[in-house]
Amino acid sequence: MEKVIDIKHLNKSFGSHEVLRDVNFTVNKGEVVCLIGSSGSGKSTLLRCINLLETPSGGEIIYNGENILDDKHDIKQYRTHLGMVFQQFNLFNNHNVLKNCIVGQQKVLKRSKEEAKTNALKYLQIVGMDQYINAKPRQLSGGQKQRVAIARALAMDPEVMLFDEPTSALDPEMVGEVLKVMRQLADEGHTMLIVTHEMEFAREVSDRVVFMDKGVIVEEGSPEQVLVNPKQERTKEFLKRTLKQ
Amino acid sequence: MSLDIILSILKENWPSYLHGAYITLLIAVFSTIIGALIGLLIGVVHTIPLRKKSIKAVILKVINFILTVYVEIFRGTPMIVQAMVVFYGLYAYGIEMDRFVAAVVVVGLNTGAYMAEYVRGGIVSIDKGQYEAAAAIGMGHFQTMVHVILPQVFRNILPATGNQLIMNIKDSAVLSVISVTELFFTTKSIAGANFRFAESFIITCFIYLIMTFIASRILRIVEKKMDGQDAYQVQTKKEEPNL
Repeated sequence: MEKVIDIKHLNKSFGSHEVLRDVNFTVNKGEVVCLIGSSGSGKSTLLRCINLLETPSGGEIIYNGENILDDKHDIKQYRTHLGMVFQQFNLFNNHNVLKNCIVGQQKVLKRSKEEAKTNALKYLQIVGMDQYINAKPRQLSGGQKQRVAIARALAMDPEVMLFDEPTSALDPEMVGEVLKVMRQLADEGHTMLIVTHEMEFAREVSDRVVFMDKGVIVEEGSPEQVLVNPKQERTKEFLKRTLKQ
Repeated sequence: MSLDIILSILKENWPSYLHGAYITLLIAVFSTIIGALIGLLIGVVHTIPLRKKSIKAVILKVINFILTVYVEIFRGTPMIVQAMVVFYGLYAYGIEMDRFVAAVVVVGLNTGAYMAEYVRGGIVSIDKGQYEAAAAIGMGHFQTMVHVILPQVFRNILPATGNQLIMNIKDSAVLSVISVTELFFTTKSIAGANFRFAESFIITCFIYLIMTFIASRILRIVEKKMDGQDAYQVQTKKEEPNL
């Protein structure tokens, strides 16, 4: 299998507080990987380290064979290959839906306005938001915002999509519409790395589940292995706690 | 004090009043624009993220220090004194500034000092998520500022800018100390000729009021325009989207 992202001995600390300790893991092309674990386990930090929204304290992040933590590496260029979806959506408040999906293509990828528009409309249609292209973010519901945010990330034609708890800030009734879109993307063969608390969803869509606790990867494997027949005590405990709720 | 006298003063002197009001308005508008630009520039420079130890960071620190000194001096001294120092100070060195230009410079620098803080506040108040989203799609600091942050800052500082414009319309009266023929100075000449101080200045009072009132209404309309419509159109397949 072709490795897209290969993380070696990654460390991250905020001051004296170690959030990630010697994390090693890979994302292969076309794979859907779900990161699970309780709050504060470091899974979001790991995701944010991957596109350098947090600067790792040590280790290597190999993207397609190149260590992007090298000083020489062009971070902006690298980030265009990763699509990021945030918990809080973070749509650009000053732009309407269509412009949100276009501005990056035009200003960063230097695509023509026409090309960017066609591409944006294609993905807005996929997420079912093509009817709302004139709406400003403040006029949309949480679920709609998140679907636009997914289209915005897809419109850059990234190689890997990163999702940072995409449904955690949503009302329960809106979670479904976002998960539906993500399920569709998974079926289409996108490479996806998802931090999530939705265990049912993780079991259905992922090729691999990674369980993190206290800044280390405790267990990883197929959804069956990790979610149904976990080997580690900590994983069992975590699953017992979450499934009870 | 009677209405008749006020009317007769107005009848005799209306061109002078009008000219004074015109100069006042010019000073206020130009200086507010200059001040807003200065404020914007300082606000942006102040919020450039400092990267580790490099020559760039040192230069930036020096520039920030100079800008802070400027802000403190202009915020911390009366404008009337600044006008005297700038105009007569330069005069002493043989530079005779045009009085109108000197007025615009003094009020503009003053406005800039205040606006710098408004802009900084406007930038700081933008949600961190906006920066992260911009960074995540590969934008640099400059692109993020231009396409994402500053358009939102403009909207946030508009009320403060309007306030500043209204203050400048009124406060430009102090520039009479350097004999700029704005509204207050003009009225002083009129009153000096007819010895009807109260009546002459009541007219001036109304002219100021009309100017500030109109300015505040116009700004309100601009704000509404910027906010756009509350409703949005649901797009049907055939329509071309507006960009």
